[in-house]
Amino acid sequence: MAQGSVAEVKQALADVGYLADEPAALVSYLAQQLGKPVLVEGPAGVGKTELAKALSRATARELVRLQCYEGLDEAKAMYEWNYRKQLLRIQVGGEAGWSDVQEDIFSEEFLLERPLMQAIASPEPVVLLIDEIDKTDQEFEAMLLELLSDFQITIPELGRIEAKTMPIVVLTSNDSRELTEALKRRCLYLWLDYPELEREMEIVRLHTPDISETLARKLVEVIRMVRGLDLKKPPSIAESIDWARSLLLMGAEDIDRETFTQSMSIIVKHRTDIDLVADRVGVKLADPLRTEG
Amino acid sequence: MAAKLLGFCEELRGEGVAVGTSELLDAFAALEHVDWTSRDDFREALATTIAKSQDDRRVFELLFDRYFFRTAEAEAVQRGVTEHAEGGPPAGEGERFDMDELSEAIREAIAAGDEDAMRDLARLAISAFGRGEGSGVVGVDVQRIRRTLGLTAGSQPPAPDGSERPPIDRDQLTGFERHLRRELERDLIERTETLPPSRPLAELDRALPTSPTQDLAAVHRAVSQMKRRLATLGHEQRGRKKGQTVDVRRTMRASLETGGVPLRLRYRPKRPRRPEIYVLCDVSTSVTSASVFFLSVLHALHDSFRKLRSFVFIERISEVTDVFEHERDFAVIAQKISSEGGVADVSGYTDYGRVWLEFLTEISEDLDPRSTVIVLGDARTNGREPHAEVFGQIAEKAGRLFWLNPEPKLYWNYGDSVMAAYERYCDGAFECWTTSHLQNFVDVVAGAAPAAE
Repeated sequence: MAQGSVAEVKQALADVGYLADEPAALVSYLAQQLGKPVLVEGPAGVGKTELAKALSRATARELVRLQCYEGLDEAKAMYEWNYRKQLLRIQVGGEAGWSDVQEDIFSEEFLLERPLMQAIASPEPVVLLIDEIDKTDQEFEAMLLELLSDFQITIPELGRIEAKTMPIVVLTSNDSRELTEALKRRCLYLWLDYPELEREMEIVRLHTPDISETLARKLVEVIRMVRGLDLKKPPSIAESIDWARSLLLMGAEDIDRETFTQSMSIIVKHRTDIDLVADRVGVKLADPLRTEG
Repeated sequence: MAAKLLGFCEELRGEGVAVGTSELLDAFAALEHVDWTSRDDFREALATTIAKSQDDRRVFELLFDRYFFRTAEAEAVQRGVTEHAEGGPPAGEGERFDMDELSEAIREAIAAGDEDAMRDLARLAISAFGRGEGSGVVGVDVQRIRRTLGLTAGSQPPAPDGSERPPIDRDQLTGFERHLRRELERDLIERTETLPPSRPLAELDRALPTSPTQDLAAVHRAVSQMKRRLATLGHEQRGRKKGQTVDVRRTMRASLETGGVPLRLRYRPKRPRRPEIYVLCDVSTSVTSASVFFLSVLHALHDSFRKLRSFVFIERISEVTDVFEHERDFAVIAQKISSEGGVADVSGYTDYGRVWLEFLTEISEDLDPRSTVIVLGDARTNGREPHAEVFGQIAEKAGRLFWLNPEPKLYWNYGDSVMAAYERYCDGAFECWTTSHLQNFVDVVAGAAPAAE
């Protein structure tokens, strides 16, 4: 499904539960129109991965995900020869000549597809998510270049495998190291940051429809206050949603000091952070006794 | 239009943004798909194809405004015209306005955060002071107008009619100053009918934030990113076989499993270097601008290095490690250091020679070949004895010694700067006035990059 304008893309994303801001919608639109990969950077927990998932839902494409980690190599990311099966083939076909067997065992039948290969070879167009690319080393980035610019993979024994359909490629990075120029050159660049107050409120209310507007506003304001502190791990959008849900379960109607201390561990997950937040934010909230009395 | 865009890219390149031909082609391709008349779409489409990092994006924003200035101006004039037609400014007609009313209107706009109103009021304020009567220096005029209007950050004195007025946020006030500045520049262009010479951004806007009142947020952004990088620093070395050394003892031990035949090699794990660091930071007036930044960097470093002792100095030296360890809020730290540091004696001028002597007597027993000493300062001795030989003794005792100078290399050794005398003893002397300089330096300290300049 190709979407005809930026506004349509935005609407389609909103329909599947992702409220994109203007730049995000525009870049998603351009990615589809130009067929270029998108590099999304930003702090942890602002919905980078979620954007890719939402794109896959909005375009009704399958999501192929490659989670990157240190030491990831092409055998795990692209393809691998199924050597057990190759061994079997050699043992079974004992009568045939060597050249036959050699040609045979390096055919697609003996190829194990890994996510990148899978995305390329899929008959249906897919969304390919390469998550946390900054966790891998530079060599791996270099290996991706062929895929990202030409949507093809070269296997020495088989030749070139070209994409049958154009995948939408989303790469995410937490900016923990500088990516290579070559990789950036091939991508559209999108910086995601924590959303504005109004937009985060919309997001929270979209995911927890039962929450009242005043509570949602209060919640987002507190979250922003917490993010403003110098924490080891500031609360992500997902955590504000979790918090909203648990507040609903607790039957809270307002965030006073008591409810805050009880449920704080949902948004703050470091011991030193908890102390700091209790210190700086907790005291600003109203005392439950006083508000009741 | 194509020519305009090319010109724009040319300027970006001049500022060090790597805009390749492929980026340009992408930009054109992207523009085919968006509405050119929408300023935001146009800007975003260009940004996403051309500016490929946060730093690039900042330069992009600055240049975009400057390059496509004329369009913005036309828009502003149009807006101004329609708004005047709709009843005019609240302060009435005529060239001279009632200052108090104007000041009130501006306060309201600032409190409401209304950008459009602020822009209009800025224009109004400028004409109230008489166009073309200013000093001709934009920065001076901005401050003059702000003062005359009685706008200051923080809590406000009560209004003339006695009612309470809400305090003005410093950021919001800066926002209004920005409008003033832009309008004044525009005014200047109208009068002289020439665009100001497009000075390179590199020197001013892209350098490290240089005054405490200036964008502290930018410092924090830069530092928080560095924090993240420091946290992962050295980790990329893990899990790599290349260039590892065999651990003979562990290999022999493992060979016992296989009857004494060393079948499996054991390697020595690579550990990121986490040196003991001594940081000496100049906080005198000649480097005020940079020391705010340096202090916040110190702050960030404290989380990342196992053992870090910080000192600040002007005429004398004083240890501030405790302050950093007990406070997490940067603003509090800065305040504490300036109040309890006890570093300035009388003159407030840096005395490097004395600082070295004191440092050596206080710390010399603790220095060993594993320690790294980092000096942040401009090496301007104000004509006093530099005591370079004492500095040499420090260098001898410490394993490594680095110097970060907030001045561009060009200015080293001019005037009272004695950089050369000290540089001889350093393992590396770096100019450090942008975040990338700093990034490079941190890589060196943590052992991820060679120390060669």
